[in-house]
Amino acid sequence: MSQKISWFGKTSLGIGFFFLYAPIVILMIYSFNASKLVTVWGGFSTHWYGELFRDEAVMSALGLSLKVALLSSVMAVALGTIAGMVLARFGRFRGKSLFAGMITAPMVMPEVITGLSMLLLFVQMQQWFGFPEERGVLTIWVGHVTLCMAYVTVVIRSRLVEMDRSVEEAAMDLGARPMKVFFVITLPLIAPALASGFLLAFTLSLDDLVITAFLSGPGSTTLPQLIFSRVRLGLNPEINALATITVFVVGTLVIVANRVMARAEKKRRLLAA
Amino acid sequence: MKRFFPSGQTLLTAIPYGWLLLFFLVPFLFVLQISFSEVEIASPPYRPLVEFADNLINISLNIGNFTFIAEDSLYADAYLSSLKVAITTTALCLLLGYPMAYAIARAEESRRNTLLMLVMLPFWTSFLVRVYAWMGLLNNEGLINQLLLNFGFIQEPLQLMHTAFSVQIVMVYTYLPFMILPLYANLVKLDGRLLEAASDLGCKPWEAFLKVTLPLSKNGIIAGSMLVFIPAVGEFVIPELVGTPEALMIGKVLWMEFFDNNNWPMAAAVTTIMLALLVLPIVLLHRREERMLAQAAARH
Repeated sequence: MSQKISWFGKTSLGIGFFFLYAPIVILMIYSFNASKLVTVWGGFSTHWYGELFRDEAVMSALGLSLKVALLSSVMAVALGTIAGMVLARFGRFRGKSLFAGMITAPMVMPEVITGLSMLLLFVQMQQWFGFPEERGVLTIWVGHVTLCMAYVTVVIRSRLVEMDRSVEEAAMDLGARPMKVFFVITLPLIAPALASGFLLAFTLSLDDLVITAFLSGPGSTTLPQLIFSRVRLGLNPEINALATITVFVVGTLVIVANRVMARAEKKRRLLAA
Repeated sequence: MKRFFPSGQTLLTAIPYGWLLLFFLVPFLFVLQISFSEVEIASPPYRPLVEFADNLINISLNIGNFTFIAEDSLYADAYLSSLKVAITTTALCLLLGYPMAYAIARAEESRRNTLLMLVMLPFWTSFLVRVYAWMGLLNNEGLINQLLLNFGFIQEPLQLMHTAFSVQIVMVYTYLPFMILPLYANLVKLDGRLLEAASDLGCKPWEAFLKVTLPLSKNGIIAGSMLVFIPAVGEFVIPELVGTPEALMIGKVLWMEFFDNNNWPMAAAVTTIMLALLVLPIVLLHRREERMLAQAAARH
């Protein structure tokens, strides 16, 4: 049912997109402000970008965040793919609805709850088994994997559910073993979903503040934690510069990924037709 | 239908299942346990529920945290103001998001993808950045006040930051994409012929909307509303950065009990009550999502 968007639709999209984008655009403009007072325009300058790159605290926090995000998203994609297969292909089994529920819940659960409860688990484990010895990268990783795998599972599951299964079934009829069917047929077909799942997991992990705050120890400060501690004290031109870079990098990545996937999808449809 | 993976299925299932049980479900038991404990100067800072000494097993359940929460109006106020903010946020997101989702769903197919990406883009970029963007706008010297002053609408800056208004607008801003996505997913599957039929039978467009579109998008409305409402109840970052110290939200109370007062049992008790409040909405969301997925599967 495609047609021209009505004037009402256009107006609401206009208002909605203005609301979504104006604050970010203004923040980006002010990152090129020469003045130390973020809100008073003092001429164009890239001064704060220089300050940002010379800021060692920012750079080391960024390094840690990237490391955690990479480790978490790899694990989240692995677990999420299995979970997506379990939910979409394995039929019914006992405890399935609990499993599906545990996939939904982490996405909406207020992060203060997830963070606190996971921390209490680690403290208890530490008392019983002496492991994990302290809070740090490992505990943050577990927290991020748990959060991100839920999102990955949803992406992969819905792809599997909507996918045409005839090729998988043909391969099985021809005697391919399930593992082979998965790696040769299913995996290439869901590759775009894997990619978007990975991207989603990576950005979620890179952005997480609250769960990280509960699970991190002294000496492991991620970028969101550092930003939060500075922003709490008020506006800060360096943060404007950092935010602009973040929006630019993530935005480019998402737009490119979206284009590539849209093209792949089109090609797939043409081939199928 | 053929069963995939006849062997090894259970083993494969056990990996993510075990992970979620251990790291997501079991921790709530510890929250419950520690909420019945007492704060103590020790590491970790609470008294164990079960103690063994002189051949006696002492099990002490302390309900003091809960009676304290019941008696001190600070907690009830925080729960209420959180619920109020979450409900208002959900309603405003629905009001703003529904027409957007509808317009995108009815756009030409070639443009849908781009429009949808424009909705998603802010969600992909950092949450903290989006909150921070508003700090610059709402400030006393911020752009909104500057514009209003320059055009002579006001003589002195309005206090916009650290008010109920600032919390509300930033909440709507950050949660809006969560409302639009499930609504879009639902509305895009709406069969246009139903609307044509309604119009042929003499329905005016708004009547057709109320009688056909709205009831058919019920699943999307409920899913979107729960996706906004549930995390909004426990929101911490937004009230912390743009909120008022007076109107506390419960997520911030939890944070303060834990990080500032180092009172883990009290933080656990606050969490336990919050979880009890959220169980029902989570189950509701879960059911709707399963239903929408089942509908999607039935089409293939």
